[in-house]
Amino acid sequence: MKAAVLNFPGSNCAEDLLWAVGPIAGAHAEIVPATATDLTGYDLVLVPGGFSYGDYLRSGAIAKFAPVMPALRAFAEAGGYVLGICNGFQILTEAGLLPGALQWNRDLTFICEPEPLVVENATTAFTRRYTAGQVITLPIAHGEGNYYADDATLTALEAHHQVVLRYQHNPNGSCRDIAGITNEAGNVMGMMPHPERAVEALLGGTDGLGMFESLMEVCDGAYA
Amino acid sequence: MYKAKIFVNYKPSVLDPKATVIQQTLTRLGQTNVDSVMVGKYFELVLQGNEAAVNEQVAKLCSEMLANVNMETYRYTLEEVEA
Repeated sequence: MKAAVLNFPGSNCAEDLLWAVGPIAGAHAEIVPATATDLTGYDLVLVPGGFSYGDYLRSGAIAKFAPVMPALRAFAEAGGYVLGICNGFQILTEAGLLPGALQWNRDLTFICEPEPLVVENATTAFTRRYTAGQVITLPIAHGEGNYYADDATLTALEAHHQVVLRYQHNPNGSCRDIAGITNEAGNVMGMMPHPERAVEALLGGTDGLGMFESLMEVCDGAYA
Repeated sequence: MYKAKIFVNYKPSVLDPKATVIQQTLTRLGQTNVDSVMVGKYFELVLQGNEAAVNEQVAKLCSEMLANVNMETYRYTLEEVEA
């Protein structure tokens, strides 16, 4: 698997993601700046957390217009795998690659803590190493992770099994406890929790490793 | 030239925690007749061009950038200003 880790001005999780998907999970991975205009040759594009362009206007609102975005859109439309984490999730919703939006946490606090999550859909390319209903613990670290979509959109998400992860104890007010979703085609995923921060026992847990292993399995047939 | 005054607000269906905190604080201060609080954003843009073209352009800028139409609504006024 060849993975690109996008890097916007203000991204601060690109190196963590590179470490998780590269040396830990075993992919060929490299950092790709937001000024790149071509993403051909990659199997997976990771959109990292942080504060792209200072999160001015809204989280992800400026990143949506970064030079790399037309290439990311073309990559996703061609079926390439895209995983946006935290600010990456916010960027993907702003760009219209995923439905809904992320707004301020219900209690207006920046929350940084391990959070138990229920794997709702274990058939996706991102979660096939887990089992449906499995509870995993991943760190969250966000001020604007309160997922919002109108009722029609939420109903459609659930009807198409696009809700992949739910909070067990909703920390931020997200509609229907949503922590992570895919697009309808299933090749683009966004999530607020940080799997890349849970890939080694030294980091406090390895529950996030399954996401990168799932993608390795889908792209390379590894770990079969 | 035209000055666009643009107001962006959350949709009524979105619970805005910042507005809730402001209203709770007002209530605590004795301002008990404040029925609702809405927090929004205000932009002013000065644009060159004729009114029809500027109107179309501002609508596009609002829906594509200044507002996230998934959770926000926008409205604006245009007024002619001296160059």
